[in-house]
Amino acid sequence: MRSDSGNQRTVILGIFTIVILIYIVRLFYIQVIDNSYVASANNNVLRYVTQYPARGFVLDRKGKMMVFNQQVYDLMVTPRMVKSIDTTDFCNILQISKDDFIRKMNKARQYSRYKASIFEKQLSAVTNAMLQEKMYKFNGFYTEARSIRMYPQATAAHLLGYIGEVDDKLVEKYPYYKSGDYIGISGIEQSYEEALRGKRGLKVVMVDVHNNVKGSFQNGQYDSTAIAGENLVLSIDADLQAYAEKLMAHKRGGIVAIDPSNGEILTMVSAPAYDPNLLVGRVRAHNYGVLLFDKEKPLFNRAMMAYYPPGSTFKLINALCGLDAGVITSETRFGCRGGFGIGSVYVHCHPHAGPVEVRTAVAVSCNSFYCQTYQAFLGNANYGNTEKAYNEWRNYVLSFGIGRKLHVDLPHELKGNVPTSAYFDKLYGRNHWKFSNVISLSIGQGELGITPLQMANTTAIIANGGYYYIPHVVHAIGNRKYLPKEFTTRQYCKVAPEHFFAVQDGMQKTMEAGTARGSAVKGIVMCGKTGTAQNPHGKNHSVFVCYAPRDKPKIAVAVLVENAGQGAWFAAPIATLMIEKYLTDSICQASKAKEKKMLDAIIVPLAKDTATNIDD
Amino acid sequence: MRQQKSIFDNIDWPTVSIYIVMVLFGWLNIFSAVYNEAHPSILDATQNYGKQLMWIAVSALFAIIILIIDGKFYEAFAIPFYVLMIALNIGAIFLSRDVKGAHAWIPLGSFNLQPSEFAKLATALALAKYLSSPYIRIAENKTKIIASFMILLPMAIILLQNDTGSALVFASFLFVLYREGLSQNVLIFGFIAALLFVLSLMVAKVYLIIAIVVVLVLTWFTLRRTWRNFLALTVVGCLAIGLVYSVDYVYNTALQPHQKQRIDVLLGKKTDLKGAGYNVNQSLIAIGSGSITGKGFLQGTQTKFDFVPEQSTDFIFCTVGEEWGFIGTSSVLLLFTVLLYRIIIIAERQKNAFVRVYGYGVASILFFHVFINVGMAIGLLPVIGIPFPFFSYGGSSLISFTLLLFILIKLDSYRMYVLR
Ligand SMILES: [Zn+2]
Repeated sequence: MRSDSGNQRTVILGIFTIVILIYIVRLFYIQVIDNSYVASANNNVLRYVTQYPARGFVLDRKGKMMVFNQQVYDLMVTPRMVKSIDTTDFCNILQISKDDFIRKMNKARQYSRYKASIFEKQLSAVTNAMLQEKMYKFNGFYTEARSIRMYPQATAAHLLGYIGEVDDKLVEKYPYYKSGDYIGISGIEQSYEEALRGKRGLKVVMVDVHNNVKGSFQNGQYDSTAIAGENLVLSIDADLQAYAEKLMAHKRGGIVAIDPSNGEILTMVSAPAYDPNLLVGRVRAHNYGVLLFDKEKPLFNRAMMAYYPPGSTFKLINALCGLDAGVITSETRFGCRGGFGIGSVYVHCHPHAGPVEVRTAVAVSCNSFYCQTYQAFLGNANYGNTEKAYNEWRNYVLSFGIGRKLHVDLPHELKGNVPTSAYFDKLYGRNHWKFSNVISLSIGQGELGITPLQMANTTAIIANGGYYYIPHVVHAIGNRKYLPKEFTTRQYCKVAPEHFFAVQDGMQKTMEAGTARGSAVKGIVMCGKTGTAQNPHGKNHSVFVCYAPRDKPKIAVAVLVENAGQGAWFAAPIATLMIEKYLTDSICQASKAKEKKMLDAIIVPLAKDTATNIDD
Repeated sequence: MRQQKSIFDNIDWPTVSIYIVMVLFGWLNIFSAVYNEAHPSILDATQNYGKQLMWIAVSALFAIIILIIDGKFYEAFAIPFYVLMIALNIGAIFLSRDVKGAHAWIPLGSFNLQPSEFAKLATALALAKYLSSPYIRIAENKTKIIASFMILLPMAIILLQNDTGSALVFASFLFVLYREGLSQNVLIFGFIAALLFVLSLMVAKVYLIIAIVVVLVLTWFTLRRTWRNFLALTVVGCLAIGLVYSVDYVYNTALQPHQKQRIDVLLGKKTDLKGAGYNVNQSLIAIGSGSITGKGFLQGTQTKFDFVPEQSTDFIFCTVGEEWGFIGTSSVLLLFTVLLYRIIIIAERQKNAFVRVYGYGVASILFFHVFINVGMAIGLLPVIGIPFPFFSYGGSSLISFTLLLFILIKLDSYRMYVLR
C-alpha cells in the first residue's frame, strides 16, 4: 500500500498547488491589473458634496437691505430606504396629494434607487420644522438647506432681476455651472452674476453602505471652501424707489431718476410693477405664468425697453442743436401765429404771446419756434443738402445717448430709434425728401423712439451743461468697494457747454411761469420740460423731464405715464414730488394735495392680482 | 515506549508558528472589519474582536490541553467521538436556532455551538481509525462502502441542517481515500461529475447529452472493442446522463430561489449587482481596490463602511485583500500552501497509519475550506457560507480548526517513539 504512495502524494499536493496558483493569478488580475475596482470602491464610498457659497446681498445707497438670502429646504429622498411610511401624514405636511407622492417617488426611482434626489424643492422653514418633528418616521427622507433670494423692500423687481436654475444650454456654454446651479437671469442678478455668485467649494466625504456620512476623505485634502459672493451697494434709493412705485400704481409707464453728478441711477420704475418675492420659491412657476400672460405685461421693463415718442421734451435737444450749429442764437426770435405751415403741412401751436426767443420757447413749448429752428438747421447751407444736414443733426442726437445703447449696467437695454437718412431715402426716394417731410421730428414726434432711461440721461446732460456719466445702478461692489472705470469717466455730447445756459433758463421758466408752473415746489429751483407724446394707439402719453436744484443738480428725472394726456397733468406732478421727496426727504404741506391726487389716480384698472405670495 | 520529558517535546514548531501567525493576523482583520470608533478597546466583549480574542484564548487553552492529554486517547476514542458528533448533529436539526435558514447551531447559554464544525474533526479521526485498522484493505468493496458511509452520513445530516457549505467539505475526504489507495479514477470521476454538474446548469440538457454520447462513441473507437469496454462505456454514459437529469431536477425543484439565484449569477446567467450578485460584487470591489499594497490597516473603505456583508465571518478574506493588497492575499495563500505542504510532510513521516490518514484528513479539510472560501470571495465559486480557517470570526470554527491541527501536532510528537 505504501510503495506507490509517492505518486498519490504528488497528485494531491499538485492539486493543492494548482488551485492556489490559479487563485493567486486571479488575485493578481483583480488587484494589480484591473483598476476598475478602485474606481468602484471610490464610487461606493465617496460623495462629492458641492459647497454652495452664499450669494451676495444687495443694499441700497443708504445701506437698506434690498436682497438677502433666506434658508429653504430641499426635501431629498433615497428610494431604496423608503419603507412603510405613513404617506397620508407625509402628504399632509407637504400639502401634496397621494398621486403627487407616487409620481415624485417614481421620478426619484427613475433617477436612482440608491442615490438621493430632490423630492420636493424649497420647503419653507415652517414646513421643514413640521417635517423634522416626524422625520424619524419617514425613513429615506432628509432635508438639505438651500438659500433663496428674499426682497424685504418688495420693490425694484425689474432692476434687481431674479435667479433661476441653469438650463442645459448655459451649462454647455459656461463650464463653471452644473445642472441644478442657480444663475442670475435678469437685472443686476445677471449683470453682476460673477461678483454675486461667489465661488463654489467642494467637500469630499465618505459614506457607508446606508449613505450615512462618515467623515471627510483623507482629512479634507481635496476639499475647498466656498467663498461667499460679494455684496452690492446700489445707487438706488430704496425709499425713493418705493415712493415712485406707489405714485405709479394703477398707471403704465416708466420713471428713471439719475444723479447727474455721477450718473448713479436713483430710481428705475416700470409700471405696472410686481413684488419680486413672487418669483421665488415654490410659487415661482405659477406666478411667472400669471405675470407672463398678464395683458399689462408687468415683466416688461418699460424704463429701458419701451420706445416712446419724447414729445415736447425733445425740443430741448433741438434747441441745443440749433444753438450749437449756429442756426439760432439765444436771442433769435421766431413768430408764432397759432402754428407753422409749410406746403401742405401745418403744425398747430397753442395760444401764447410771440414772437419768442429760445427761453420762452422752452417755457411755453412753442411748436412754431422749433419748426423754424429745425428748418433752419436742415436748410443750413454749410451742410450742402438736406440729407447731409439731417445726418449732422442725427449725430447731435446720438451724442445725447439717444438712438444708441448707453451701456448701463443692466441687461436687455434697448437703443431707441432715431431714423437714419437711409430710412427716409427708402420712404421718399433719395434726394426726394426735405424738411417738410420730417417736420414732426422738430417737436419730438414722428419716428422717434426714446426710452425713459434715455430721457433721464438727456436731462442729466442738460443739468451738467454738456456731459454725463454712463448711468449705472451699482454704487460699489464688495468689500473693495470698486466700480468699473467706465462709470467714472465723463462722456461729452456734441453741444458746447455755453449753449446750455439759455435752455436751462427756459426750463426754470417752465416751472416758474410756463407749462409746468402748477408743479413747482417752493424753495427748490427746478428746471423742467413738459411733453405730450402723441400716441397712434390711444390717448397721448404724459411726459416730463426735470432736474434740481439748478445750481448743483442732484437729481434728474424723466417720467412717462402712458395714456395720461398732457405732461403737466401726471408726469410733472409725479416728477416734482419725487424731487421734493429726494431733496427734502419729505413732502411739504403745499404738495400734499398733488401727492394725494397722484396716488389715487387710476389710469389702468389692473386685473385682479392672481399671483400669490410665498407660503409663509 | 519512553516517557516524554515535556509536553512541548518534539512539537512541529513550523506548523505551530504558522498557526499563531494566521490566528493573530486573522484577528487583526476581524478587528478592522468590525472596528467601531465607539468601542476602541480591543477587549470590548460586546464587539466581535473582543469575543474573538476570548475564543483565541479558549483555543490556546484547548491546544495546551491536547498537548497534555495522552495521544493514544484520540485513537481510542475516535469511534465513540464520531458517534457522539453524529448524534449532536442530528440533535442540532431539532434543537437549533434558525440562523439565516440554516439549522446548524445548538444554543449553549450565550454561545451557539455549531456541531458541524466538529463533525469534520470526528470524521477525520474515525476514518483514520477505520482505515488504519489491521486487515482493512481499501481495495475491498466492503472497505469502500463502509468508508463512503462514514463520510456520507455526516454529510447528509449536515445537508439536512441546511448548511450546504459545511456539507461540501466532506467531499475533501476523497483525497484521503485516494491517498490510501483508492483508484485515481475516483478523483477523475469526481472532477468529471463536478464538471458535468456545472455544465448541466449552463448548457441545455439536449446538447449536453449529445456531447456525452459523442465523447463516449469516440472513446469506443480508441479502445479495444470488447464486450467489457462496451459495457463500461454504457454504464458511464448512463451515469453521466443520469447526473445531468438529476442536477436539472435538483436545480429546478430542490434548490431554494436564493440558492438558484446565486448559482445563476455566478454562471453569468444573470447580472443582478444589487441582489444576489451584490455580495460577490462588493467582495470583488473590496479585494480589487486593495491594489498591490492595500489601503492599510483600518483604512479599507469597503470594510469600514459595511459594503461587504458577513465581513468578519465568511468574507474576512475581503479585508485581507482590501487593507493588505495583493501582497497580503498572496502571502496568506502562500502561507496556507506552506502549511498544507508541512501537514503532508508530517503525515508522510509517520510510521503510524492512523496518524498518516488523519494528517491527510486535516490537510484536505483545510484545503477545501480555503478552496471554497477564497473561490467565493474572488468570484470563481458561488456564494457558499464556509469559514476561512483561522481567520473567520466564530468560536466553533476556530476551536475546531485548532483541535484539528493540534491533535495532529500531538500525534506527530510521538513519531520518534511509537512503533507498531
Ligand atoms: Zn407757438
